[in-house]
Amino acid sequence: MWSMRALQTALSCFAAAFLLGAVAFFVFGQPALAAEPAPRRVVSMNVCTDQLAMLIAGKDQLHSVSVLASDPRTSAMAVEAKAFPANHALAEEIFLMEPDLVLAGTFSARATIGLVRRLGFRVETFAPARSFSDIRDNIVRIGELLHRRRRAAELVAEMDDGLARLRAGPHSGRTIALYEPNSYTAGGGTLASEIFRAAGLINVAEELGVTGSTRLPLEQLIMARPNLIGRSSSDYGAPALAQENLVHPAFRALAKREMIDLPVAKMICGAPFTLDAAFLLQDAAGRRNQP
Amino acid sequence: MNAGRRYPVLIALLAVLTLALFLLSLTIGPAGIAFAESMKALFSDKADGVALIMREIRLPRALLGLMIGATLGLSGAVLQGYLRNPLAEPGLLGISASASLGAVLAIYTGLSAAFLLALPLAALAGAVAAVLVVQAIAGQRGGALLVILAGIAISSFAGAMTSLALNLSPNPFAAVEIMFWMLGSLTDRSMTHVWLAAPFMLVGWAMLGSLGRALDALTLGSETAATMGVELRKVQFLAVFGTAAGVGAATAVAGAIGFVGLVVPHILRPLVGARPSRLLPASALGGASMVLAADTLVRILAPERDLKLGVLTAIVGAPFFLWLVFRTRRSLL
Amino acid sequence: MTLLSVKNLVVELGLRPVLNGLDFAVRPGEFVGLIGPNGAGKSTLLRSVLGLVPARGEVRLSGEEAAATSARLRATRAAYLAQEREIAWAVPVEMVVALGRSPHRPGLAALTEKDRAAVDAAMRRMDIEAFRNRIATELSGGEKARVLVARALAQDTPLLLADEPTAGLDPAHQIALMRLFSSLAADGKSVVASLHDLGLAARWCSRLILLDKGRIVADGLPSTVLTPENLRAIYGVDAFFGEAHGAPIVHPLDLATPG
Repeated sequence: MWSMRALQTALSCFAAAFLLGAVAFFVFGQPALAAEPAPRRVVSMNVCTDQLAMLIAGKDQLHSVSVLASDPRTSAMAVEAKAFPANHALAEEIFLMEPDLVLAGTFSARATIGLVRRLGFRVETFAPARSFSDIRDNIVRIGELLHRRRRAAELVAEMDDGLARLRAGPHSGRTIALYEPNSYTAGGGTLASEIFRAAGLINVAEELGVTGSTRLPLEQLIMARPNLIGRSSSDYGAPALAQENLVHPAFRALAKREMIDLPVAKMICGAPFTLDAAFLLQDAAGRRNQP
Repeated sequence: MNAGRRYPVLIALLAVLTLALFLLSLTIGPAGIAFAESMKALFSDKADGVALIMREIRLPRALLGLMIGATLGLSGAVLQGYLRNPLAEPGLLGISASASLGAVLAIYTGLSAAFLLALPLAALAGAVAAVLVVQAIAGQRGGALLVILAGIAISSFAGAMTSLALNLSPNPFAAVEIMFWMLGSLTDRSMTHVWLAAPFMLVGWAMLGSLGRALDALTLGSETAATMGVELRKVQFLAVFGTAAGVGAATAVAGAIGFVGLVVPHILRPLVGARPSRLLPASALGGASMVLAADTLVRILAPERDLKLGVLTAIVGAPFFLWLVFRTRRSLL
Repeated sequence: MTLLSVKNLVVELGLRPVLNGLDFAVRPGEFVGLIGPNGAGKSTLLRSVLGLVPARGEVRLSGEEAAATSARLRATRAAYLAQEREIAWAVPVEMVVALGRSPHRPGLAALTEKDRAAVDAAMRRMDIEAFRNRIATELSGGEKARVLVARALAQDTPLLLADEPTAGLDPAHQIALMRLFSSLAADGKSVVASLHDLGLAARWCSRLILLDKGRIVADGLPSTVLTPENLRAIYGVDAFFGEAHGAPIVHPLDLATPG
């Protein structure tokens, strides 16, 4: 049988080894994790992650953006995007680019994301931003992924600054409704609604209890008599039945004096430039206040 | 050359065509890989870039094109033979509509984001539900008419629910995703999809393929066929469940691909002397060729834009069908 | 051995009994004409014997209970010629006739020599050898009917059940068909055919079963079944009775006058 002394010695050895191991882990393990190198070949396959990546990535860090990034109707950074090779969000293309990090949207083609992961690449997905705090989170997260925390913090600070200026600016209290092809409007919980609020406007759709992107019947729009009607200023060149509501006589009578063309490209994706849309609205609302 | 020898030649030709299109499908892609190199990479066990592209990206796509085409062709031929109607096609049983509904619900509820196979499994669940309802309505002695009516009812219901999901979707991104999924596509499918679909399709092929003789006998009507030894209940079961398994799996991994099951048996029927049993293998090969060709065209015509497979089969299939009807109307008058 | 034995056969469509307890048997070598007015249940009788319509009672084919035998085995004992002459696809005549051999062939096996011989014999008997490679759906009504009879012959069963086989045929082919059925009976097989033409039934059948409102009213030689009383009571017609070339003539003349 083991003597008391032998047992005590064994226990002390065990404890010592354990402590040493813990110390070793914390001393050497942590820096090992933090020493993971920054991604040097980032490919983005979603127009929103494209733009955030272009804003945050370091020189030569971002390798490719999606084709939509250079389409001025959906991207606010179409000019900058032309400097990067374009990808069509296809697994084979992305594979050939040999990225060490892939950025995608949660609604990007599911099969493609699955296949890219299966091929061994790291894919990080981002949900579309629906509020300024979502934008903030996305910026911070991309900053961490790209090891560009300082740059991300800069952008966040700029954005907070802008929001403060907006809050300090004139709150017209005027009402606005976003009215898109097919009678779509933006109710509560959408990025557009947040933009209106930041600009000091009241979103008629939200007042009516609408949430998400849904249809607002023309009748309700007329009854609500919004001071301002925001419409997309993007013209796809081809007529669509969806746009017929916008030439309806009832709509036209209402709209003759109160239309605002919204910069859609800045409102689709949540990014620092989304604030520009809010400033634009605040100005426009303020100007229309004057006779 | 007499009729007896024409059939094996036809099958051989179709097999060669299918193989050629399969190989062609393997060579199309953004990475311009020479044919010889791509074939070598396919069979090598290296893990370099070319081999990975061939084995993980191109091979599953070609395999799925082959399998889905064969399934649609075979099931179209079986249903036309069983219902004795040249207008029958796999969608008639409501299987693809219900599978689509299952997938749409998965997207709508966000379940599809949980794991890669969530969407196909939900679609399969939809197909199973549909076939159970069809069997329940049509019963065992229901016969062809009840099966058709049940299938139409289910199709309409599933279509209505899908429209409802689209209508109520508060998220435009989800709505677009639903819409695009329903147009049918083989882009970026992986071997995981192949392994998921294969067992169901094999079961489906076994069930449908065994019906050759019964379908021949059914040429004379269901009552006469019964007196020649055909067990109608068994035939209905095999036709309905075989279609459900195969077409359900096909829709689950690739969305709705139409017209193949309708057009392929129609084209090949005169070439096999209208014998239903001979039409089965011919339609399987013909369907495989058609889907492989369409999937190749999709990548050649619009390599940058994501042209959907289901759109192409409809664009080609519908006018072709119109031409077929036009051409045969003289003999019908 | 009795080829067909029916005891207390009852068939109900909904709540209405269509066949009300029928009893009869058919032995080898008989050409049985099944006659009766419209709605008597002739078609239903033939279909229920073959299991195409749910029925109660005992039906035995070649001694064994029909319900207890497999569809394939039943198909080797009794062949059926339906009233609807359906050919769904534009297939060659040879294939249609060869379908009659399917109960004898397992799986998708090719035709054996015996099968081919049976098919050829059937086509010869029905005088359609010239049509061998023609498309069945392109034939005239009478030619199509002969092709379908050939199919039933190729099935080579001891018993043949035919539902209005002479409908739509010209006189020559009607008689040819009656001759064929007689010769089948002479060969030891049996035929049960439902007929509307009383003249044909009288001249060619060895036995008649008269059905009315789901019951067997008379069963026996044509001379005992086709009596003026029966014709008046069941069919409501008066007929001419005579004889020519050693066989009876029965020809309906006019609606029966009361009294």
